[in-house]
Amino acid sequence: MSLLDQPSSSSLSGGGTTRGQAWGLVGLLAAAVMAWLVFAVWPDWLNAILISKKAFVSAILNGITLAGLYFLVASGFTLIFGLMRNVNLAHGSLYLLGAYIGYEVTNRTGYWLLGVAAGFAVLAIVGVVMQVFVFRRLEGDDLRQTLVSIGISIVAADLMLAVWAGGTYQIATPEWLDGALTLPIITAVRSNGVSVFLTYPLYRVVVLAAAIVIGVGLWLMLHKTRVGMMIRAGVDDRAMLQASGVNVHAVFAIVFAVGAGLAGFAGVVGGSALSVAPGEDVRYLLASLVVVIVGGMGSITGAAIGALLIGLAEQIGLVYFPTYGIVLTFVIMVVTLAVRPQGIMGKAR
Amino acid sequence: MRMHRRTVLALAVFTGLTAPSLALAADDTIKIGLLATFEGPFTVLGEDGERGAMTAVAEMNGTVAGKKVEIVKGSSDASPDSAVRAARKLVEQDGVKVLVGPLSGDEGIAVKDYAKTQPNVTFINGTSAAQDTTLRDPAENFFRFSTDGAQWMAGLGTYAFNDKGYKKVATVAEDYSFPYTQVFGFMAEFCKAGGHVPSKSWVPIGNKDFSSVIAAIPEDVDAIYVALGGADAVNFLTQYQQGGGSAPLIGGSITVDQTVLTSKGKLRDVLKGTPSAGPTADTNDAPAWKTFVEAYKKQPGAFPSPSLFAHGYYVDMKATLLGLDQVGGDVSDGGKKLRDALSKLSFDTPTGKVSLDKNRNAIADIFLTEVTEGADGNLMNKLVKVVPQVNQTLGIPEDEFMKLGAVNRDNPSCP
Repeated sequence: MSLLDQPSSSSLSGGGTTRGQAWGLVGLLAAAVMAWLVFAVWPDWLNAILISKKAFVSAILNGITLAGLYFLVASGFTLIFGLMRNVNLAHGSLYLLGAYIGYEVTNRTGYWLLGVAAGFAVLAIVGVVMQVFVFRRLEGDDLRQTLVSIGISIVAADLMLAVWAGGTYQIATPEWLDGALTLPIITAVRSNGVSVFLTYPLYRVVVLAAAIVIGVGLWLMLHKTRVGMMIRAGVDDRAMLQASGVNVHAVFAIVFAVGAGLAGFAGVVGGSALSVAPGEDVRYLLASLVVVIVGGMGSITGAAIGALLIGLAEQIGLVYFPTYGIVLTFVIMVVTLAVRPQGIMGKAR
Repeated sequence: MRMHRRTVLALAVFTGLTAPSLALAADDTIKIGLLATFEGPFTVLGEDGERGAMTAVAEMNGTVAGKKVEIVKGSSDASPDSAVRAARKLVEQDGVKVLVGPLSGDEGIAVKDYAKTQPNVTFINGTSAAQDTTLRDPAENFFRFSTDGAQWMAGLGTYAFNDKGYKKVATVAEDYSFPYTQVFGFMAEFCKAGGHVPSKSWVPIGNKDFSSVIAAIPEDVDAIYVALGGADAVNFLTQYQQGGGSAPLIGGSITVDQTVLTSKGKLRDVLKGTPSAGPTADTNDAPAWKTFVEAYKKQPGAFPSPSLFAHGYYVDMKATLLGLDQVGGDVSDGGKKLRDALSKLSFDTPTGKVSLDKNRNAIADIFLTEVTEGADGNLMNKLVKVVPQVNQTLGIPEDEFMKLGAVNRDNPSCP
């Protein structure tokens, strides 16, 4: 039905060049161009247009790692919305609180991994508390839930400002995550014939790997476990799920715990890659809103696609047209809303 | 006759009863507005600016010309519209006649424009250091005792070329008027000495992820000139270290300021040995500076050494108080006397003599520095050289200087 469903459905029917095959061809061509851009040694004219191969490939890689971070934040956001119709506008505050907690734990114990675990665990608990004490009381009242979540985010921002002040914190990463990785991508060939390989921070590769592992894990949880089945059923029809004897409140609490925990986890991981400061909450809330609008509310795959688009747009914009870079993100959002209002992977309701 | 007398008496008693409360407010205190960035990416900077201003107030025991000084704070977030909003609130609602601030470059230009609409209010800069706040189209009632970003760079370009031997330098700076001014100040000397700047990166203020910007810097440069402030500088330096960056750095004034040097994390390693220039030097051993540092440290939450924001706000607040003292705290004439006094004011600051030029911009000493680790493990700006009495045109005759054009992304240029 949707544009994206077509390649698989129509290519099965076979015979002649269908619209699906044409799309597949375009995709293959794009992949080939991309592979050439990444692995070939660039001619001078291309270097002249795109600054340098190093800049271009780094922007792509950074876009993908940033997407990993956005995905971690947005996946919780989209799950909570999908299941509870609750636009939790305090989601950014969960990210920032997780980052501060990660900083405190890492600083006091000296173990970064402990900080990451604490970020996840504490925020998962905070998520459950929010669900039980705030959102459960306003069940079925979507507008009021959203307004209350705005209130929570404002109060949380000021409380965090009171405790941690306005400074910029950097969560110290352990030694084994430091330094740079040499990738088998040649960026230039020196006059003496020696190839220059691209180096890339090891930490960012780890962030990306973590995001992929968690993404796959979430997908498996949603599609292969009983809880996941309940969550998916709840997304589709909450009343029916309740009627079949499932304790919906327990499912809600689990989703809130996972969603908030992931935001806290992303806070620690992101706070180590970038930095922690007041205002990050709004930034990540906005990023996840855009990601979820582009990707489709309630879909994990959609969140991944949306995060990838937004991450790449932000980084490429930053390198090639820094002043107007931010516009690119919103152009993507506007185009999505105009062409496919429910988002790329969203279901029309 | 008697009736008349009685009426007068009654009136007198009545006035006597009601007037004191009005008169007290008007006569015994002077309200001074203090505008700084208490929110947004430059929060830490604004807080230190306040410490500097309060050091100046404390030095005068909180009184000027026998009147109590009342500080009314206004907060902005480094954006020009927030600064104007805060200034309007201070002037139009709180009724201040004297305002000290703002902190950031674009804010300064916006507040200067607002100053033109309030001719009876006297504006004294905080630390905003864009060139065009005072050089082109200045406001009669806007004073800057804290010099501009190009002046702060005095001596650095020559030092980088001659003493450090850097011939090719790339620049990374935020995309607004103050970093334009800093890059201008650095390049004015560096290009003249024979250096080249093949690549300039301008990033939006508040940017977090600099790794793509770092990757776009050409590999064949001898050093990277970085003019970023607060959280932006911390992010850039950390990611530069994480990405295995090896080219040495040259620092803009606020990049190697105490607001950045006191940050925790590994960025310390890449900062050591970074040359810079600015209105202060942490290891300055002039007695006046040491006295100032001691006074500053009494403020709550103070850094090991005052940042240039504390210094700038101190100098501007001190000038304000000295000016008010000269006119006996009287601004009832729309501040005319105060502005005359400020224009002629010349005084000794912790960093040497300061006086104003015809555009009401300061002429002051500038310090060439290098980042070192102090005995207590804190990073410090070690004094290398003092460049005495730098004016806004950097010693170039004014008509020649104006011909260089207004600072922007592409001016100056020497690829």
